[in-house]
Amino acid sequence: MSLTEMQGYAYFFLTIFLVVILYAYILHLYRSEKKGIKDYEKYGKMALDDELSDSPIEEHPNAKNNKKEN
Amino acid sequence: MQSNAALEYDYDIVKLYMWTTVIFGIVGMTIGVLIASQLAFPELNYLFGEYGTFSRLRPLHTNVVIYGFTVSGILLSFYYSAPRVLKVSLGESPLLKKLAYLQFGLYLIAATGMVISELMGITASKEYAQMEWPLDILIVVIWVLWGVIMFGLIGMRREKALYISLWYYIACFLGVAMLYLFNNMEVPTIFFSGGIGAWYHSVSMYAGTNDALVQWWWGHNAVAFVFTVPIIAIIYYFLPKESGQAVYSYKLSLLSFWGLMFVYLWAGGHHLLWSTVPDWMQTMGSVFSVVLILPSWGSAINMLLTMKGEWNQLTENPLIKFMVLASTFYMLSTLEGPIQAVKSVNAIAHFTDWIPGHVHDGVLGWVAFMIFAAAMHSATRVFKREIYSKSLLEAQFWIQTTGVVLYFTSMWIAGITQGMMWRAVDEYGNLMYSFIDTVSVLHPYYTIRAVGGLLYLVGMFMFAFNLYKTATAGRKLEKEPQFRSPMA
Repeated sequence: MSLTEMQGYAYFFLTIFLVVILYAYILHLYRSEKKGIKDYEKYGKMALDDELSDSPIEEHPNAKNNKKEN
Repeated sequence: MQSNAALEYDYDIVKLYMWTTVIFGIVGMTIGVLIASQLAFPELNYLFGEYGTFSRLRPLHTNVVIYGFTVSGILLSFYYSAPRVLKVSLGESPLLKKLAYLQFGLYLIAATGMVISELMGITASKEYAQMEWPLDILIVVIWVLWGVIMFGLIGMRREKALYISLWYYIACFLGVAMLYLFNNMEVPTIFFSGGIGAWYHSVSMYAGTNDALVQWWWGHNAVAFVFTVPIIAIIYYFLPKESGQAVYSYKLSLLSFWGLMFVYLWAGGHHLLWSTVPDWMQTMGSVFSVVLILPSWGSAINMLLTMKGEWNQLTENPLIKFMVLASTFYMLSTLEGPIQAVKSVNAIAHFTDWIPGHVHDGVLGWVAFMIFAAAMHSATRVFKREIYSKSLLEAQFWIQTTGVVLYFTSMWIAGITQGMMWRAVDEYGNLMYSFIDTVSVLHPYYTIRAVGGLLYLVGMFMFAFNLYKTATAGRKLEKEPQFRSPMA
């Protein structure tokens, strides 16, 4: 097998591999939402409720959160 | 401890970039209209001696609109929206704020240096990378500062997850950093030539086909990471916020992000079709360009579907008009690009006016429209005032849309005519037309393009006036609007 042929096969299988990764990612997103592990759509709210006084969608554990003191 | 009741978003830096967006927009687009007119009426080349020739002004036009207008627009949008989705104010960290001022100051020096040096004819002679090495080093410093500020803000955030816009800003930062460094690898000649020549002169580290490949790896990805990725960041924040509708599918936005990241970097080879680069590399450039339709349309369709059930806003709110038309132009130009990257189509399209036609439906219809909308939306919050004139905004929209349509339609016709004429042969295989024959035929289309550009420039002045009046004379707002920007 020549080097060019090997490159061809390597390129083909790499493409297949990456397509599998991409589809696995889609599957992962939808399955984790269906199983209730993660609700991705709630993150869309981050652009809407973006005042400093709004509650975070998911609070950062290390944030200096002063709100509760008010 | 400071209480949140007193804490507000800090917009000082946003204001600064707002004005550089306006100034560079006017300068860059004015030069654009002049050089478009020069192509139709060559005597306009002699208005200002050597400083007014097409060859001197063309790189100045591209550099000012890319690194002046667009980068200012991106930074204004970043400094406005990134703290908001992270729920942290820039003012909370005096260090980061000082760094942001430093970044702006250096940016202003670099941009001014770019304008002056290119007007003087000092150039590294690489397309979209004309700045010489001292300015390149300054730009690296500016970019690193942006990274420090971006990750500094992320480190201070109250919101655990990063909103999709942030992903795109991070990609813009990392992508440009990597591409800029590699493309601008150059040798300042004075250090290696025994002191011969100007101190600012340099030569590229690459030569021949390698230089072309690196150049277009950068050139195309400047389109990716300056004209696409950060503009998607802008639309993912400003369209949902202005319309009050959360993004249609957050999952699709994640998927499109990774698709775009993977595919875009491989597509640059399409600029070198039918050239001396290896054939497989040209084919790869073509294939990846076609695949690129999927993630691009994924984002654009996601934006259009965000308006689902709220299409009435399109007629009522000019900012929504700008943003919806921007995503439509994004779809148009991301379909047109792959078509041009198909080898057989490229055989006609390469080196013709269809290429600047394609570039301009993207940058005028998509990039600049998004920057106008983002700046106006931000202005109501930054200045706490109503937009000065809704009717002026509406008029700007229609005048500029007409300008874009005239621009790209004339260039489609001109480009295809040009490509066909260059290739036409008679029955003996001799070329049928000389170069000047094509120039005579294209004259009307060049005139239409200049008129289209002029209309767009008129719109730019209307935007500048409206923004200035909003900042100084708009009706004061008692409280920050939640979604739709109020306008008189």
